Formats: sequence, structure tokens, C-alpha cells
Amino acid sequence: MFSRDQWQEIFETIRKNKLRTILSGFTVALGIFIFIILFGFGNGLKNSFEQFFLDDATNTLWLYPGVTSKAYQGFKDNRRIEFENSDLIDIKENFTFFLENITPRINRREVLSYKGQSNIYNIRAVAPAHQNVEKTIIMKGRFINQKDIDERTKNITIGRLVAQDIFKKEDPMGKYIEIGESAFKVVGVFQDKSGDREERLVYLPYTTRQLMEKNNDKIDQIIVSFKQELGYVGALAFEKQLGDFFKSKKVIDPTDKSGLYIRNTTERVRQNQRFASTLQIIVAFVGIGTLIAGIIGISNIMVFVVKERTKELGIRKALGANPISIVAMILNESIFITTLSGIFGLLIGIFMLSRLDDQLEQYFILDPYVDSLTALIATFLLIFFGAIAGFIPAKRAASIKPIVALRDE
Amino acid sequence: MIQISNLHKSYKMGSNSLHVLKGINFKIDEGELVAIMGSSGSGKSTLLNILGMLDIADEGNYLLDNVLIKDLTETIAANYRNRFLGFVFQSFNLINYKNALENVALPLYYQGLRRKTRQQKALEYLKKVGLLDWAKHLPSELSGGQKQRVAIARAMASEPKVLLADEPTGALDSNTSREVMSLIQKINDEGKTILVVTHEIDIAKMCKRIITLKDGVIIEDKKTDQILL
Repeated sequence: MFSRDQWQEIFETIRKNKLRTILSGFTVALGIFIFIILFGFGNGLKNSFEQFFLDDATNTLWLYPGVTSKAYQGFKDNRRIEFENSDLIDIKENFTFFLENITPRINRREVLSYKGQSNIYNIRAVAPAHQNVEKTIIMKGRFINQKDIDERTKNITIGRLVAQDIFKKEDPMGKYIEIGESAFKVVGVFQDKSGDREERLVYLPYTTRQLMEKNNDKIDQIIVSFKQELGYVGALAFEKQLGDFFKSKKVIDPTDKSGLYIRNTTERVRQNQRFASTLQIIVAFVGIGTLIAGIIGISNIMVFVVKERTKELGIRKALGANPISIVAMILNESIFITTLSGIFGLLIGIFMLSRLDDQLEQYFILDPYVDSLTALIATFLLIFFGAIAGFIPAKRAASIKPIVALRDE
Repeated sequence: MIQISNLHKSYKMGSNSLHVLKGINFKIDEGELVAIMGSSGSGKSTLLNILGMLDIADEGNYLLDNVLIKDLTETIAANYRNRFLGFVFQSFNLINYKNALENVALPLYYQGLRRKTRQQKALEYLKKVGLLDWAKHLPSELSGGQKQRVAIARAMASEPKVLLADEPTGALDSNTSREVMSLIQKINDEGKTILVVTHEIDIAKMCKRIITLKDGVIIEDKKTDQILL
């Protein structure tokens, strides 16, 4: 079926019917090309989306103290609730089943000075676990560690933009920055995908902050991350139990809505994930649609090609071509053309995508790509259906009586 | 070489059927040059198509070189056509994107011959019809007579037992018609059995025997004094 002679015959036919060859080749190449581009853009859109929304840890509860609105057990209303270090220990001891990480956070705005230059920055006093919660990426050095907490060191980890502002081209590592009365040593520089604001932060051990503030044990807020495998329902249960625990510990009326706030990221994450999967479905839909359009295109052309060749096929049959050789001829020809042009369209599409890279980021298309398996399957499908589309009319043409085919004008 | 007995053929045209061949009997020996005469609608082309295995008879026997041609699959029919028969059509039926040489070589391709052999043979037959210089020309660059000569070369190239010509001069003027008929006579002189379907008595008279059809039956079958060209 694949003798050299037959290929020669096929090449000859292809060469001498350029319009036909170009037409069917173009359809396939275009189909694959558009598929690659659209699918790639869809993936790019998904990338942007993930960057926007799925950056922070998705399994966290945020606890904020509030002001009570109801009197309860001898306490008046309008009482300010405060968190302290013992709350951290209580959570660790009582919720081991749910807990993954826990960190306090104390926010302050202060002036940082270095070599006579000063600027105001937000300073977060935290525990080492904060790095996981915010998904902070260390570029140099390290994050605040347990030793810093235990020994109340004057070490800080600064954001990329802080380092840029203060140190310009100087290496910030090991340098001392003044905050208030004290000098703090830079032990690390971090970046954060969530944007510029996050990179203008400074992290400090929370125990150091408490020492600076008359050695108190107050905490602004507590961030708790729970085990991912708890799922949505588990997260809600954890939230409920944590709320009950704190309300009882801080003596807040269980029906009081303003004494304690808990923000659960799970609900938002769920929405985001739903949005992401909708996006995925749209991308897949667009991809499949393009492919079907391509398949219909190549089918039409194959039907047309066979129709156009009816008389030629009749002549060949009169000269002794058997039905199998007729079908084989048409199929080999069409598979050859579609494979070649399919791969061509594939390469052009992938090349275009890689050239685009980040250029469309402002249109929320980031790093558009198509994984090679999807691309190959798509190409294969188009070739396969092109062959089927050619096979059906070829089979019919091969079974037409030569006398009928010869009459065809 | 060819033996036909009680051949019937009818075409269904909607609800009524058209009885085209109503019991045809004849025998053609090797080396004969036979004209099948008849006005249009007499059934002569149908008869030729059945002889050429391009169409199938409803009834009757057809022996070609002592082989019974009946109930053939398409594949076997194709094989027989390729080995036994050469066709010459009124409208030439050359493949328009192949040049003269490639057209002549095509039946040899289906015989499974090697490319070199095909080329050699095709050139040989083109030379025979006097078109060696036109080997690389496309059909569109040839005159009607030249096209028909290419078609004859193609029909001869596969060295068939019988050459079937369906109105070979139908699309040609009288001068070129004589050229083509002269070529056919020459091939016949070399011993080939040839059947020519025609409605022109002048052409028929250039053959050795005339079978006249009318309304699906043979009304006359006689030897004639061949007009040699």
C-alpha cells in the first residue's frame, strides 16, 4: 500500500493539482492554528486569573477582635476585645485536629531611616508561619524564624520595593535600619505576587514588637490556616468551633455579632475555583468548537475533491484501477496533505504563542500556552476526521460503475 | 475471441423500464476488425460497455478469450479490464493534468510494472502513433486527433486482447477521422482484435465486418470490402 511507486503517483498528483492541495492544506493548517491560538489565549486568561485570586493561601481563617454590642455575664456592652499570646497557645492546644499553621499579626506604620534618609512603611509583626499564609517568596536571606521569636531579636525581613527604595543598588543583607529608637538588621528580602503593596512591607518578630511596646502581650489579629483535606464543610465546622471557643473565652454573648470577626477564605476560594472551572469549560468549548469547524472545513473540501475527480476515477477504473487502489490513493493523498499542513499550522501556532509570551498581559492574557499533548491530539483528530471525511466519498466514488463515472462532466 | 449469446439489458427509468438489448448473439474471432453500426438509441454503446465490463448484462452469456465474464467483483473486473481490454472513447478521456507520456503509462502502473519499464513502453507506443515529440505535452496542448492517438496508444500500451473504440471519430473532423481510422487499421493489421462502435457508414466501411443494430436487435451481420486508407 505504501510502495515507492504509489508515493510517486501521489506526489505527482499533489504537485499537479496545486489549488486543491493548497485549499485543503490551508484549511487544516488554519484550523489547527486557530485552535492553538484560542486555546493558548484561554490558558493565558486562566493564568492571569490564578495570579490574581489564587495567590494567598486558600485555607485560612482570619480572626479580628471587635467591640461588643451586648452586655453579657456582668460585662457592659461597648467593651473592646483584645487578643493576647495565650490565645495562640489555646488555639494550638484545642484545635490540633484542624490546625496547620498559626500566626499573630500586629500592624504598625513607622518611619524607617537609613543613612539619613527616611520613609514611612507598614510594619507587620508576625510569627514564622506567616510566610506560608501569605505565600511570601524569599529572594535573599530568610524570613523571621522561631529563634527570632524566642530571643526577641531585632531582625527584619523587608519587601523587594523597600530594599529598592532604601538601598538603591546596595546589598541590603546585614545592613542596619533604624525604626524608632532601635536599629534592626536586615536578614532577608522577599517578593510577593499579590502586587506592589505587599512588597512595601517589613516583617518583624511579634515578640520583639511586644517588647518595644512596654513588653505587653497584645495581638492585633490572628491568622489560622487549617488542613486542606478538611474541605469546605470541615472549614465551616472549624470556623464555628473557633468562634464559639473565643466567645466563651472572651465572655462575649453568643448572639453578639460584633465582638469577634472571623473571615473565612474558603467561601471566596470556592467562588474563585468555580469561576476558574467555568473559564476552563469556556476554553475547552472554544477549542472543541474550533476543531469541529476545522473538521467540517476539511470534510467539505474532501467531498469537493472527490466529486471533482469522479471522471478521473472513472478513467482510472476503465484502465484497470481496482476500488481499493482508488480509495488508497485518495486517502494517502489527503492524509499526506493534512498531516503536513497540520504540523505546519501547529508549529506556526506554537511559535506565535511563544512570541506573544507576556505581551498581552494588559489584556489579562498571561503566558499563553498549549500543552503538547492537547496540541498533538487536536492535530491527530483533524487528520483523522479529514481522512474519514475523505474515505466516505472515496469509497462511494470507488464503487460507482466506471460507466457512470465516465459520463460525469 | 468474443462470444456473445442471448444478451439482454434494460434500464429502469422510474416506473417503466427501457429494454435496450433484446437478445444479442455473435462471435468475433481473433484479428477481426468489426464495426457495430446503428443510429442513436439502437443499443450499440450499451453493448460495447457490457463487452468492456463497464456495465453488466441482465441476462445472457459473455465469453472473452474463453473466460466467462459473469458476476465479477469490482476488483476482478478491474483486473480483467486491465489485462484484456483497451478502451478508446469519443471524448478521449485523457487525464488532463498528466502529460501524454504519463497518460499512456497509466494502465501499466495498474499492471504493476516498474517505473522504468512503464516509461519505455509508453514511449514505444507513443512512437507507434507518431507522437514521440509530444510526449511531454498536456492534453490541453494537443489537437483532437492527437488526443485520440494518445488515447489509442494508452489503450494499446497494456497489450490487451481486444481494443474497444466507442465512436473514436465522433469528435473529429473528417480528415483527422481518416488518420485515426488508418491507425486503427494498422493496429488491426498487426493482429489485434478491434471493435468500433459508430453511427457513420463511412467509418463502418473502413472495417472488415459490420454488425448493424436496430432497437436492440441485430438486423444485419456481414463481411464488407474494407476501404483501406
